[in-house]
Amino acid sequence: MIDKIKNFYTQHKTLVILGLIVMALILPLLIQKSSIMSIIVKMLFYVILASSLNIINGYSGQFNIGHAGFVLIGSYTLAILAQLNISVWILYPLAGVVTAILGLLIALPTLRLRGIYLALVTLGFSEILRLVALNWTSLTGGPMGIKGIPSPWLFGLQSTKPHIYYYIVLAFVIICLFTSYRVINSKVGRAWMSIREDDHAAMSLGVDIKKYKAINFMFGAFWAGVGGALMAPFYKFIDSTMFSLDEGFNILSMVIIGGQGTLIGPVVGSVVVNSITEIFRFADEARLLVYAILIISMMWIRPQGLAGTSKSVIANRGIGSKKTNIFTRIFDKKGVK
Amino acid sequence: MMSVLLQSKNISKHYGGIKAVQNVDMQVEKGEIYGIIGPNGAGKTSFFNVCTGNLQPNGGEIWFDGKKITGMRPAQIATLGMARTFQNIQLFNFMTVLENIKIGFHIHEKTNIFDAIVHNKRYKTDEKMNHEKGVALLEKLGLSEHAETLAGNLAYGVQRRVEIARALALDPKILLLDEPAAGMNPIETQNLSDFIKQLRNDGYTIIVIEHDMKFVMNLCDRILVLNFGQKICEGNPEHVKNDKLVNEAYFGKGTTF
Ligand SMILES: Nc1ncnc2c1ncn2[C@@H]1O[C@H](COP(=O)(O)OP(=O)(O)OP(=O)(O)O)[C@@H](O)[C@H]1O
Ligand SMILES: [Mg+2]
Repeated sequence: MIDKIKNFYTQHKTLVILGLIVMALILPLLIQKSSIMSIIVKMLFYVILASSLNIINGYSGQFNIGHAGFVLIGSYTLAILAQLNISVWILYPLAGVVTAILGLLIALPTLRLRGIYLALVTLGFSEILRLVALNWTSLTGGPMGIKGIPSPWLFGLQSTKPHIYYYIVLAFVIICLFTSYRVINSKVGRAWMSIREDDHAAMSLGVDIKKYKAINFMFGAFWAGVGGALMAPFYKFIDSTMFSLDEGFNILSMVIIGGQGTLIGPVVGSVVVNSITEIFRFADEARLLVYAILIISMMWIRPQGLAGTSKSVIANRGIGSKKTNIFTRIFDKKGVK
Repeated sequence: MMSVLLQSKNISKHYGGIKAVQNVDMQVEKGEIYGIIGPNGAGKTSFFNVCTGNLQPNGGEIWFDGKKITGMRPAQIATLGMARTFQNIQLFNFMTVLENIKIGFHIHEKTNIFDAIVHNKRYKTDEKMNHEKGVALLEKLGLSEHAETLAGNLAYGVQRRVEIARALALDPKILLLDEPAAGMNPIETQNLSDFIKQLRNDGYTIIVIEHDMKFVMNLCDRILVLNFGQKICEGNPEHVKNDKLVNEAYFGKGTTF
């Protein structure tokens, strides 16, 4: 079934995309309830967050599991600078730039690391950032967080309501997917994918692995920062608990379930995982079990995710795969022969 | 007039206690086809990987086109004009043949991330260039019919040709081929041999590692013979064929009944 949808999509690409955009534009007119609209806005946040993680994990094959750290930087950058009366419109991209620079700082010492080692570093880094946010009270409000984050004005309307804020987030979602699409289909994207598929071959073709991994980290971090910045005015309040490791895993689960290495994967992942979160909200913590089952069965049956590409080493990394299994793949230190 | 393009000076490579390459000197002239032969485990691939920067030597220096390249990273050396193929074929298996070739043009493309986003002239020039040149290159190697096939789905012999095409996309000064005829049938091998000669006529310098004696003897101008990591002979095919040490290495000392 999934392949049928994919075939239809490849044949009628522009039509499908235009249709989706039109549907997205009229969606708020069809939905009255603010609570439902809020959930949809939340899904859009996660489309950006999961897409930005997919740039890193899905396209260059790195293994970042501390994505919440980048989101945190974006959120706090906006929340802190908004107190200085800088326009929120400027702060969205600025938060992205700040996060990208931070992404570079983290990337530089870790570029030699692969697989599980990089994963551990990103995990630790994410946790350090959370602790800093928790303890640097004068800057971040510490455990009290930052309150009263202003939302921007849109056509003379204060965009606090989900029905209006939706359009701001949607615009960023479209720009995020559009720029990602263009970068993926260029020298830069090809270099990322060559590193993911076979880094020794990539080197032998003159691909500067460190440089392209760094660019990749920066681009992913930029959009994670923008995503984080978008969340702050919507919730009006942020504190360090919103950026725990669980949050990082939440984003990661969307990428894995939706599918790595395709643009549409994280969109699907965000919708599916957020729907599960809402449906199983009554079950509280027990819903984590649902994710766990979903992720494990995904790795088994369809390691590339619901909408992920089968044309990738990722698709052959599953637990049940005959070629390799995920553990050997993660610990893999391939030599040249 | 001959000039040295690639030179190794006293190269050694050890893996722990294993001395895979020991004090090997080599001079490859511009425009020649240079063969490297030797029994299994003689150190041919290790020596190759030292030349390309994939391995750092324990001693000695590599000079390429007038520059000392020991210590440089493989990508940097590739940019200087050295392209290679791998003994165990390292194609991007889940990409099409054409996509593989396009990555081969990487060092000739100038697009940065911002060019890609705005689709400016630089981006368009690059995309046009790598598509047109990619298609032409596939045609030249008789691979056009496979352009849209995933590289991993091709027969072994065809994969080897794709890997050579990808290396040629770099437009290198020197091409290093590690057992390019392995997995090829006799006809493919003959075609490959003709093709390599053609490349030489086009101005490329080529180093080729090969087990197939007939292939090497017919193709190469000069041959280096390695055994247990040491250079035991160097010279033209005739010289190598009649060398006592080479015959011992390949067929054993004396005869046993
Ligand atoms: N990564 C490695 N670690 C340890 N030993 C190695 C490694 N790579 C090669 N060797 C050893 O070094 C020696 C030379 O190996 P190499 O692959 O260079 O030989 P070769 O001449 O290319 O052989 P073949 O004809 O089988 O390809 C062999 O004894 C081999 O077992
Ligand atoms: Mg070898």
